[in-house]
Amino acid sequence: MSDPGDGAGGEPLLKVRGLDKHFGAVQALYHVDLDLPAGQITALTGDNGAGKSVFTRCISGIHPPDHGQIYWEGRPVHIRSARDASRLGIETVYQDLALADNLDIVQNMFLGRERLRRRLLDEDAMEHEASSTLAGLRVTTVRSIRQPVGSLSGGQRQSVAVAKAVMWNSRLVILDEPTAALGVVQTKQVLELVQRLRDKGLAVMLISHNLNDVFEVADRIAVLQLGRMVAEGPVAEFDRQSLVEYMTTGASSREVAAGAGGGKGA
Amino acid sequence: MARAGDDLLTTQPAQPAEPPASEADPTEAAVAGLDVPPALVAQSLGEYLRGWTARVRNGEAGVLPVVAGMVLIAAVFEAISPSHVFLSAGNIVNLFQQSAVFMVLAMAECFVLLLGEIDLSVGYAGPLAGVIAVQLVQPSTTNWPWWAAIIVALLALAGVGALQGTLITRLRIPSFIVTLAGFLIINGVVLIVLGFGPFSGYPSLIGESSNLHVISNLMYGNIDPLVSWVAMIVIVALLGSTLWLRDARRRRSGLVAPPRSLTIIKIAFIAAVGVVVVAVCNVNRAHFGTLAGVPWVIPIVLGVFGVWMLLLERTRFGRYIYAIGGNPEAARRAGISLARVRTWAFILCSVTAGIAGLLYVSYLGGASNNINGGQLTLYAVAAAVIGGTSLFGGRGRVMHGLLGGLVIGGIYNGMFLLGLAVQWEFIVTGLVLLVAVAIDSLSRRSATAG
Repeated sequence: MSDPGDGAGGEPLLKVRGLDKHFGAVQALYHVDLDLPAGQITALTGDNGAGKSVFTRCISGIHPPDHGQIYWEGRPVHIRSARDASRLGIETVYQDLALADNLDIVQNMFLGRERLRRRLLDEDAMEHEASSTLAGLRVTTVRSIRQPVGSLSGGQRQSVAVAKAVMWNSRLVILDEPTAALGVVQTKQVLELVQRLRDKGLAVMLISHNLNDVFEVADRIAVLQLGRMVAEGPVAEFDRQSLVEYMTTGASSREVAAGAGGGKGA
Repeated sequence: MARAGDDLLTTQPAQPAEPPASEADPTEAAVAGLDVPPALVAQSLGEYLRGWTARVRNGEAGVLPVVAGMVLIAAVFEAISPSHVFLSAGNIVNLFQQSAVFMVLAMAECFVLLLGEIDLSVGYAGPLAGVIAVQLVQPSTTNWPWWAAIIVALLALAGVGALQGTLITRLRIPSFIVTLAGFLIINGVVLIVLGFGPFSGYPSLIGESSNLHVISNLMYGNIDPLVSWVAMIVIVALLGSTLWLRDARRRRSGLVAPPRSLTIIKIAFIAAVGVVVVAVCNVNRAHFGTLAGVPWVIPIVLGVFGVWMLLLERTRFGRYIYAIGGNPEAARRAGISLARVRTWAFILCSVTAGIAGLLYVSYLGGASNNINGGQLTLYAVAAAVIGGTSLFGGRGRVMHGLLGGLVIGGIYNGMFLLGLAVQWEFIVTGLVLLVAVAIDSLSRRSATAG
């Protein structure tokens, strides 16, 4: 395996080895290995039905895996629920964002983890904290953080969802197709936000089958095909054509730059 | 239609720490007031008003339609009622007493409507509490103290709510069906409980016992005029200073807050309402002798309003109700127990309906087997919707129930003054409900289109 190395101290933040998951008779994931180093964006790509969503749910605690081991900073861990995941510092931003349109930005960002003072909601503290998180991510454009989320644009909603995920001292943020529903300008803004997460030292797993997005921001690429991890490595080991070949056939005839592309056979 | 806000999500590269979003440019805020509640962006009263009119034009009218409706109803009935008696002090107090049951029932319904659910059982569940209390205080049978009777009646209602809520959340039967069954079953239970009394079927609150008097006074007892003034001044002072201190603190720490002038206007409005209510109630409204003072029912209704508003707007439970009504999936992923919050909402709905039921038997001076529960249920839902609560969940406030109940009470009272029979009351109330729902759905449509 080509160790990413340039992450924090060599050991990746999250390391997955031999992960299996099946639903009834259907095997969704076969012995999947993946490293998610801190301070890097790892793009998880693959065609529809390749197992990207199932893999995401395995490491965010929604569908615990059948076999295999997950290591967090080198320690073996079991993630059996979304709460286990968030206790470790894993936050997932799903494609549907899970925001309540009738609540404002602050209320959404603190949903389920409201700050209390004398048993009542401490709106002042929550508003301070939410606005400093947004400022830290340089999301400065929502006019008021007391604006109902239903009145925001798609890109703004995505930004709020990401800010909500990083507010809880999270260390690994999983983004499920964050640009799928966005226009060109908003996509650029969201990708800039994703890069800022990396610059803050977070590990980012970006699930996308948009090759433009992948090559624009990713440091590493991992490709799933029919439940198997067919390629994993630094972005320099891939080009568009080889990536498409891995996604569709599970193998590539091309040798790119650093060579050794697709070092991880099934 | 493209939103003005799209291009505002600029992500500035490599700048030093930016000011928080709340410090938006004021001119930008005034232009863009369409999407945002005006109180959140306006820096001055003028901008606030401009933002507010923009929102009303955009269909986000809040309580404006129901307030306009109330003014219209008052003006029409005052003009056409015999000898213009509608706005006389005596009739206004009477109107409030007639509206009280609808107002409290509508506030009860608010909890479940916010979840996108409905409770059809309140029309008999409420009176069940009243009937239980009236039976328990009968001197010739149980002769319980009034407070114990009220506590037991409300606990029984909590049980009703818990049972219905559990069936809805655990067995996943739609609330419409569970509470429709509840409506029929509780109707039967009410008739059974009515049969236990000394005057089978017609327990009354007339008699010498002080326990009977207390329950009868829930609606008809009056607070001494001087005490009314003092209490009103204390309450207005407390509310006003709380509001002032909170807004001042938020302005000082740079949080989103209304302009100082708006805070003053709000406090002045609360004070004006307090002065008018007490002044009207303190007019002698008896034809012979003296009958003056604020009736107990007013602080009771305002107390229910205040506590439920605090619960819905300032506690986690309230926040979760709104979240579930807005997006149940978001609430579930946030780790909120949907079943528990929903069940508690049905319990609180039933208990609040029970308070309405106590006022109802107090108003009638007893209970009888011709309680019109169907009408009470329909008026409860209608009042909440007329007030501005959405049937689709997530939108609405306790205040809406209060105002909607007052509108229904106003129609009821005005039709009675005109000597029109009950069929006209039904027709007019139905039309008002239609107008209210039309406003709701039109405002939703223009909100999604905008």
